[in-house]
Amino acid sequence: MKKTILVCCGPGCIAYGGLDVAASFREQIATLKMDVKLETVIKQTGCHGFCSRGPLVRIMPDDITYYRVKPRDTEEILKSLDNKPVGRLLYHGVGGNILKQQETPFYSAQKKLALRNVGEIDPKNINDYKARGGYEALRKALTMEPEDIIAEIEKSGLRGRGGAGFPTGLKWRIAAEYDNFPKYVIMNGDEGDPGAFMDRALMEGDPHGVLEGVIICALAVGATKGYLYIRDEYALSLQSMKDALADAEKAGFLGDSILGSGRSLHIEVVRGGGAFVCGESTALIESIEGSIGEPRATFAYPTEQGLWNKPTIINNVETFINIPLIIDEGGAKFAETGTPTSKGTKVFSLAGKVRNSGLVEAPMGMTMRKIIFEIGGGIVGNRHFKAVQTGGPSGGALPESLLDLPIDFDTLVRYGSMMGSGGMIVMDDWTCMVAVAKYNIEFLAKESCGACVPCREGLRALSMILTRICEGKGEPVDLEIIKSICELLTQTSRCGLGKTAANPVMSTLKYFPEEYEEHIKEKRCRAGVCSMGRSTVVTDSADMAAIVAMAEAARKVSYGVQSKDKTGAES
Amino acid sequence: MILKEERLTQLLQKFPPERRQSLAVFQDIQQECGYLPKEHIIEAARYLKMPLAEAYAMVTFYRSFSLDPRGKYVIKVCDGTACHIKNVQGRLDCLKRILNLDPGETDKDGLFTVETVSCLGACAISPVMKVNDVYYGNLTEEKIYEILADLYRKEMMKA
Repeated sequence: MKKTILVCCGPGCIAYGGLDVAASFREQIATLKMDVKLETVIKQTGCHGFCSRGPLVRIMPDDITYYRVKPRDTEEILKSLDNKPVGRLLYHGVGGNILKQQETPFYSAQKKLALRNVGEIDPKNINDYKARGGYEALRKALTMEPEDIIAEIEKSGLRGRGGAGFPTGLKWRIAAEYDNFPKYVIMNGDEGDPGAFMDRALMEGDPHGVLEGVIICALAVGATKGYLYIRDEYALSLQSMKDALADAEKAGFLGDSILGSGRSLHIEVVRGGGAFVCGESTALIESIEGSIGEPRATFAYPTEQGLWNKPTIINNVETFINIPLIIDEGGAKFAETGTPTSKGTKVFSLAGKVRNSGLVEAPMGMTMRKIIFEIGGGIVGNRHFKAVQTGGPSGGALPESLLDLPIDFDTLVRYGSMMGSGGMIVMDDWTCMVAVAKYNIEFLAKESCGACVPCREGLRALSMILTRICEGKGEPVDLEIIKSICELLTQTSRCGLGKTAANPVMSTLKYFPEEYEEHIKEKRCRAGVCSMGRSTVVTDSADMAAIVAMAEAARKVSYGVQSKDKTGAES
Repeated sequence: MILKEERLTQLLQKFPPERRQSLAVFQDIQQECGYLPKEHIIEAARYLKMPLAEAYAMVTFYRSFSLDPRGKYVIKVCDGTACHIKNVQGRLDCLKRILNLDPGETDKDGLFTVETVSCLGACAISPVMKVNDVYYGNLTEEKIYEILADLYRKEMMKA
């Protein structure tokens, strides 16, 4: 029987040597040809999600998954294809080894809708995607009236996955109603949130799925030009989407006449410049137009006056990948999953002090406890859970008492955080919440575009005060000042960055007030993170001396330059 | 490295002379030179028909641009939230001890540049750093010694 070996080549597994494993499989197959009668196909796939145990190798159709595979293991795996699986590389569960991916605790509670093809197909191969029903939704959409496509999306209850959770169907309807051509559709792949990597996994693991969503959107609103705005740092995503564009065009899914229907759509890739604020839709539009990414004052939404003042749809990568599914199976089917106000699933990037970090797709409404302790396997080193930060730097940190909340757009906002793009950073008791707030504010202050005063100056002031507190120089009055700045930020900033920037401070102040008080009154940091004004001692090691010696030797050899002042390096 | 005139012209002419191409043009120049030389910014602005002041605004607003020459090995240390709470500072201190460079600095031999970036998108294997295009996850101080020692060895071999 024909066997397929899927090697995960997501960013996590590549760092662990996933590409080497794939190469080794190819090599071994070539050398073992005489012995192996099986037909084997190696596929480099997108992220399987379980990054902390990478590189992952999956054998189909037996559905055996191996973890932490090294190139030296490939021979053994190939030889075992007909026989017993390699026990030492399997997942070791409580009741023994687990063969199937679906049965491990990490995967069993997940529900894969957006990630349906990621890790299953070779993203570079359009036929792989078509074999799993790809581009069928597009064919169906071509037979539908734009009005009906939009109605189906509305019925699904899909909300924007970029953070704000605006109903996607409504957004499309508004743009479709304007009689102002040409219209544009933009995919926002500028994932700038620290702690989020789901968009990248989608673009690298299922580029055609994303693209199909974009094309259907263009048909629904009447757009003839599309832009994929992707972060320049994501070299793999850029390549993957560019390849997908070329293949789709060759197959007739794009171009002057989509599948001979006479409807045209041209799409082009734009590389982002690495500015967090460009995740804001009007800033992103400015950036595509070739200006600095300052958000516009939104008197008119992009759906009315967007790119070059024409009606424009901007949706997130994850939003788009849900579209083919909704068209295929119907909005009502999609709406079966989730809570009354938030439908479907959400992909989270689970990271921080959690045992099983990686990509997790959970139905809306799952509790955070389940995600962190069941799927995530609890806290690293059996330490105590302290907080979970959702929504990236402008989200909030939620304490243990709120872990049983169901996750959806509205619940998180009610408790002072937000969904954001789905980053979920778990923190243990060795994390200082004041330092976390300071870190987030410093990040936002750096990324503020500087156009409006409350955001630019407010964040700078907050960052100064928080730094003072972490250095043990805080005064009781500081807390009052912080609160008033936060209020000002929320009420008077121009765009979403400033409006939500107070979240990390307000939520930590609300749920962990004792830590602020200890820092200010007792000059003490219970997590032992903040220096409180004492200088930290740097110890030298024998290892380091060797490196420094080598560095000096290398400099002398290759450049003939005098070595650096060593005392300067250690002060 | 400053490009020869023909090479720069060749690079510019891949793009239509429109302002909206500015981001892509600067990215390509940076990719080739490792940074944005002043002469090239002036030339690109002229080609794209945009005021130099606005070109300057672009290259200083977007964080992926550097106006100063960078080293042969650009070490990008991720300071995203997940990496941050796993003590990135300790790793930066370690780099500082070995290379005597703070984030944003390049050594005078032009060999190493240390930078921090807001997220490399590989949070599951935090803390992470990237040397040119290669990712290194689950960084420990020992790993950093090893990585740098390897690079130094490579440089010595070449010499």
